[in-house]
Amino acid sequence: MIRESKMRTAALKPVIPGFGLTMGFSVLYLSLLLIIPVAGLILFTLQMSWEDFWRAVSHPQVVASYKLSFLASFIGASINAVFGTLVAWVLVRYSFPGKRIIDGLVDLPFALPTAVAGIALVTLYAGTGWVGQYFEPFGIRIAYSQIGVVIALTYIGLPFVVRTVQPVLADFEKELEEASAALGANRLTTIRRVIFPAILPALLTGYALAFARAVGEYGSVIFISGNLPYKTEITPLLIVAKAEQYDYHGAAAIGVVMLGAAFILLLLINGLQWWASRRG
Amino acid sequence: MKFTKILTSTVFLLGSFAAIGNTILNVSYDPTREFYREYNQLFAQHWRAQGHTAPTVRQSHGGSGSQARSVIDGLDADVVTLALAYDVDALRVRANLIPQDWQSRLPLNSSPYTSTIVLLVRKGNPKNIQDWDDLVRDDVQVITPNPKTSGGARWNYLAAWGYALKKYGSEEKAYQFVEKIFRNVPVLDPAARGATNTFVQRRIGDVFIAWENEAFLSVEQLGQGQFEIVVPSVSILAEPPVTVVDRNVDRKGTRAVAEAYLEYLYSDEAQHLAAKHFYRPGRPEIAKQYLDKFPKVNLFGIDDVFGGWDKAQNDHFNDGGYFDRILEAISRR
Repeated sequence: MIRESKMRTAALKPVIPGFGLTMGFSVLYLSLLLIIPVAGLILFTLQMSWEDFWRAVSHPQVVASYKLSFLASFIGASINAVFGTLVAWVLVRYSFPGKRIIDGLVDLPFALPTAVAGIALVTLYAGTGWVGQYFEPFGIRIAYSQIGVVIALTYIGLPFVVRTVQPVLADFEKELEEASAALGANRLTTIRRVIFPAILPALLTGYALAFARAVGEYGSVIFISGNLPYKTEITPLLIVAKAEQYDYHGAAAIGVVMLGAAFILLLLINGLQWWASRRG
Repeated sequence: MKFTKILTSTVFLLGSFAAIGNTILNVSYDPTREFYREYNQLFAQHWRAQGHTAPTVRQSHGGSGSQARSVIDGLDADVVTLALAYDVDALRVRANLIPQDWQSRLPLNSSPYTSTIVLLVRKGNPKNIQDWDDLVRDDVQVITPNPKTSGGARWNYLAAWGYALKKYGSEEKAYQFVEKIFRNVPVLDPAARGATNTFVQRRIGDVFIAWENEAFLSVEQLGQGQFEIVVPSVSILAEPPVTVVDRNVDRKGTRAVAEAYLEYLYSDEAQHLAAKHFYRPGRPEIAKQYLDKFPKVNLFGIDDVFGGWDKAQNDHFNDGGYFDRILEAISRR
């Protein structure tokens, strides 16, 4: 009897002590940095009447900016999903001179101030720039157009997919591929049925992060987009414009819409990821 | 409780800094950086010569509107020296930091130096731009920042509007004129410095609407011999006002030095220094000495034509104003 109860307490007690302390700290930490500011934003908009709120968030200029912000983020994250996976594959599977340097370069978009990135990109892609000059004769404007917005949002999201897929690929056993080949699968089937399901959850995480980062990006985009209202104006810039005319409520209202939309989309992607990992 | 000790001593240390009463913070806007750096030394000499201990003046620069917001949100400014009265007045309207009559406390509308809006064109003036009328031509691209986000750009917009109103006589005509200008704007930067970059570095646009002092800077520093200044026949008198932030100086005990700091801006030395940094000296007798540097322009004031900043902001730049109408009209094109 005594032994049994001892065993039970041993089973209930976690190996590492300090649950109360770490949990308490986590809650405080998240509250100060995340929950209180977001709750404050939402409470602040509650001071508005429903008509004011609706007028602020449904103005045609604002709606045009939602479309650009979310569509360009979606395209940017999708480009990253494809090419980020490719980069991760190359970095894991092949060894070549300068691999470490390239591996380090992948993180650069995290470290470089986004304003610097924006200026560098616009220098490259403007009609007078190294790359832009070859597109200008064909009537294709990259900088100061929607294409420019997509390029900036692709750039800042690049590390996410690479860094989430890379460790999964590194842990992936080569024997599984060999087994698949030995069982008669061709290369495409191996990729489709063996490798892809393994990396899909990580890929979706990276995709979600890249997308979320792109929706909120401000610094690099304003340099390359041209910021023409109704055409190349992203939602974060409109929020700044509202704050600049001391319209804090209007700015907060648009912020809440962005928050809600981003939250729903991330929830969808997370659901997809849960479904993918369960299937795998 | 070592931590508590460190904390309290830090608080005391910070407190004692504030109590000295001759460290002041000047919250200003972007293009005044070089001027105030030199002026601070000039003022320090003057203040010491008066028998006081040497003051420390700290500077903060940024977009005029966001600087005003920082002060409203609690930045400890002793004096503010911003781009337009609307931003300074926000300190009164939103946080009651200064009294109603702040702008009449110092001479010349509290604007010790002024400027105006001019047109910057590329070397040789290839598109032959002479006046505001050339900005509505179909073959001309105009660079100006967005007046919604940039205080400086509001002066640009109002200068064009005032010109058209004088020349064509009605609000509706003036509206059409300014709308035509904005149809020619290929890139709308959020701030003046970004717009300068677009015009100077990216080489986009044929004409850049700029503050006179910024235009001089571009000509002398950014692109030696690549640009020319075209002075329009009519322009706006840009008055960047200064004021002591009463609430802050009374709490910190810095009123004496802060007031002296602003009053000395009207001295001969400071007025000449302003001219050196391409601002028009406010005092007429000093301004007279710089007629070759700053050509005479037919200037109108914001109060005469627009009935003050509050009304101008309301009619033109707030939601539903003329500028929103312009953007909508352009988007439907």
